[in-house]
Amino acid sequence: MTQNIVEIDNLSFGYKGRMLHQGINMVFPRGKIVAIMGGSGSGKTTLLRLIGGQIKPNKGKVRVDGQVVHQQSREGIYLLRRKMGMLFQHGALFTDLSVFENVAFPIREHTDLPESMIHDLVLMKLNAVGLRGAHKLMPAELSGGMARRVALARAIALDPDIVMYDEPFAGLDPISMGVICVLIRTLNDALGTTSIIVSHDVKETFSIADYVYFVADGVVAAEGTPKDLQNSSLPFVHQFVHGEKDGPVPFHYAAGDYKRDLLGFEA
Amino acid sequence: MERTTIDLWVGIFVALGVAALLGLAMKVGNLTTSKLGPTYTVIANFENIGGLKPRAPVKSAGVVVGRVGKIKFDTETYEAVISLNIDKRYSFPKDTFANIYTAGLLGEQYVGLEVGGDEAKLKNGDKITHTQDAIVLEKMISQFLFNKASENKDDVSSTKASTKSADDGLTANPLDQINNKGKGAAAPK
Amino acid sequence: MIKRSRLRPLRTLGHRVTKRIWRLGAGARFFGLTLISSGESFRRFHLIIREVYFTGVLSLIIILVSAFFVGMVLALQGYNTLQRYGSSEAIGVLVALALVRELGPVVTALLFAGRAGTAITAEIGLMKATEQLSAMEMMAVNPISRVIAPRFWAGVIAMPILATIFSMVGILGGYLVAVPLIGVDAGAFWSQMQANVDWRLDIVNGVIKSLVFGVACTMIALFEGYDAPPTAEGVSSATTRTVVTSSLTVLILDFVLTSFMISV
Repeated sequence: MTQNIVEIDNLSFGYKGRMLHQGINMVFPRGKIVAIMGGSGSGKTTLLRLIGGQIKPNKGKVRVDGQVVHQQSREGIYLLRRKMGMLFQHGALFTDLSVFENVAFPIREHTDLPESMIHDLVLMKLNAVGLRGAHKLMPAELSGGMARRVALARAIALDPDIVMYDEPFAGLDPISMGVICVLIRTLNDALGTTSIIVSHDVKETFSIADYVYFVADGVVAAEGTPKDLQNSSLPFVHQFVHGEKDGPVPFHYAAGDYKRDLLGFEA
Repeated sequence: MERTTIDLWVGIFVALGVAALLGLAMKVGNLTTSKLGPTYTVIANFENIGGLKPRAPVKSAGVVVGRVGKIKFDTETYEAVISLNIDKRYSFPKDTFANIYTAGLLGEQYVGLEVGGDEAKLKNGDKITHTQDAIVLEKMISQFLFNKASENKDDVSSTKASTKSADDGLTANPLDQINNKGKGAAAPK
Repeated sequence: MIKRSRLRPLRTLGHRVTKRIWRLGAGARFFGLTLISSGESFRRFHLIIREVYFTGVLSLIIILVSAFFVGMVLALQGYNTLQRYGSSEAIGVLVALALVRELGPVVTALLFAGRAGTAITAEIGLMKATEQLSAMEMMAVNPISRVIAPRFWAGVIAMPILATIFSMVGILGGYLVAVPLIGVDAGAFWSQMQANVDWRLDIVNGVIKSLVFGVACTMIALFEGYDAPPTAEGVSSATTRTVVTSSLTVLILDFVLTSFMISV
């Protein structure tokens, strides 16, 4: 048993002509909450998809539990994925199934447990996120925060070793955000899982993460504990953490000469 | 929705489909009426089958006793070779006549069997030697005209006589064909 | 510069053609994937039953109503023409053959594409847009075998059933117009029909047609949904494409199948 459950080794990924990642190195130790931060479009979510084996890297390796993800067969990837749970940005609940059936889904798909046991398991998971009373509702009847908690219950239904959170705080009100924060921390400690959080919400992420990676321009621009980064003198990190308008990340998208663009309209 | 309700509706749906198919089979299609039991096949050669099609009925005394099977062309005798699938319940004497008739003036064509007097019965694979071709309307008319023209040449002026011989021409000619066929079929094999 | 702009229509055309061919290939690959991933949906047959409910049972009303009216119109029009030739008893044959051979399978397929096909495309497209399919993948569940294959087989099962019901109900509609309304003899209506509608060549061929249409319509609907860009606009244009492509495919396939069936 290696100490790091997930290791990303010199990883490059991109589409024709546009490389998203150029040699990324990261490690995710067991039992920790590790955050990946970066601006929109910096390929944070893509990293999660690479860990989950949904896409293959152009170069480099992702190891989960010692196994290189992209070298696995389809069955091998599916076996690895049973060790993972993922919380999608908007929950991605199955809209045609009730809350109960959503949480029961992975259990039904991967085990042959009797109905009574499934019932108990699902209610336990829902209780952990505080939504046992909502098990009969349909996803359309839930608020954004509740939907995300149900999705969290579904992600941990099979007690995974790794839980990946894709923008868990995006678009939530402050109360729901706080609830999700507490849930991530307590579930991580109670279940002994490793959590990987992809986010750009600095305050919430820093409050629960043990270690943070900053991704910019396809590489890890900075890394460290939240405390280190808070006081980082790196210009990019400083701009990001304090939310400044201009800095190494320019306000303007790369463009030609302003005056020429305006005057040259009729040409 | 509850799984049992869905199952119920899908059950009703499938039952409706089966009922509709049964309705089509029994009430609309010819599955019941044309259903032949086990059949035996006999062969018949015709010089001209007119517009006879596969699956056309084979009738005897107006009752459907079978269906036309394959229709082939014999490259040696230049004749049409037709297999008739006849219901096993019906047996016919060896010297049965096979004629190609037309239902109505312009209707579909079918094979009519006229029973002979032989003791021996037709068996699977047997050949009907006595056949009569389909009547082709154009042929009949041209024959009629030809006969009439030749009579005029012979200076037979009585209209009564000319119509009489024209009638003969109509009826006698096909009979000749049958006789020829009978000889031809009997001689080589 | 001038030369370039003159060449533009040609380039657009070429681009469109290659795109169509590319999509055809992607669709064929998707079809193959669906077939090899079908094992699970047969082992868990309730998945298919559930989808038969959504594609078949929910299309029943529209099928029943339109079949009834199509049958009645056929009888009216047919009688109008046939009575000029003094053969109004043949109206049963006309209605039955038209429905069983052509209108049953074809109109059912067109209605199916509009009713069930669009629903399938929109549902799959939205499942993709809201990352439900991705979520399934991450839960180590193959969305093709869990979501696509059951819907495919449900469509293949539902279509012939719907077409058969369409033909039968249409004939009943034709009967209602021909016999009680116009006064054609009921005996002649049915017996002429029975004498001229062949079980194998007309009815079974009609069912075979609808099976093929079922495969085509459902596959097109599923592929369009699965291939739709994950945006509101993408899903809506995919839904439109489903109707257009399925309708054209059904009409072209109908010609091909009919020419095979008649020559045999």
